Amino acid sequence: MATFIKIASVTVGAGGAANINFTSIPSTYTDLIIMCSLRSERTTGGTDNIRLEINGSAANRTFRSIGGSGAAAYSETDTTNFIGYLPQDDGTTGWTSNTFTNTSIYIPNYAGSNNKSLSVDTTTENNATTSYADLVASLWSQTNAITSLTLKTGSGSDLTQHSSATLYGIKNS
Amino acid sequence: MTTAIEVNCETGEVIERPLTTEELAQREVDAAAYAVAEAEREATEAAAQAAKESAQAKLAALGLTAEEIAALSK
Repeated sequence: MATFIKIASVTVGAGGAANINFTSIPSTYTDLIIMCSLRSERTTGGTDNIRLEINGSAANRTFRSIGGSGAAAYSETDTTNFIGYLPQDDGTTGWTSNTFTNTSIYIPNYAGSNNKSLSVDTTTENNATTSYADLVASLWSQTNAITSLTLKTGSGSDLTQHSSATLYGIKNS
Repeated sequence: MTTAIEVNCETGEVIERPLTTEELAQREVDAAAYAVAEAEREATEAAAQAAKESAQAKLAALGLTAEEIAALSK
């Protein structure tokens, strides 16, 4: 039976933060999962998004996703480290104040010697029609063991205060 | 001051540090690239929505009911 063990947990304090970086991740688990609740301080445009860097790099990544926006169903394919959409503090979409994402990022065999896959289940929260729910299949085409994971925004804006992330290690998956 | 939060998963130590000059410069690059990509994505979505509404209007002009138009996309 799989066992979830909390490795570390972070909540962003007053003033926000550019990123949350889990470093020196031990290789003693089978899989990793990040459960996070995030929001961006961006104030221009409509919607920010979540990016995940692996071992300090955004390179060698591809993803495919399916999702819904409240108005339409869609699918996306790209070569970025996109994880999902992200409510932001102001802008054209009008995200409800103090709403965050609900996001889980599952990374099996993170310490192995094959390319690494990521399975993401994420949704924004908004008291309006527009809100995004996505399932994302992402690939890191590198064989190194994963030792660090960095959550940040796609726009370069800060993560808002009270954004949080918890990293779990999974044994016997 | 923009900071980064680093959590050492072996020791549990949490460090909040200022971004380096290189990291600040990269944020500027990211922001500009993101704004361009977002504008392109929104334009694509708007064009698709406009095409959908135009097609529906033409079908209605041909005499199809709203139920018949909806049935075409199922």
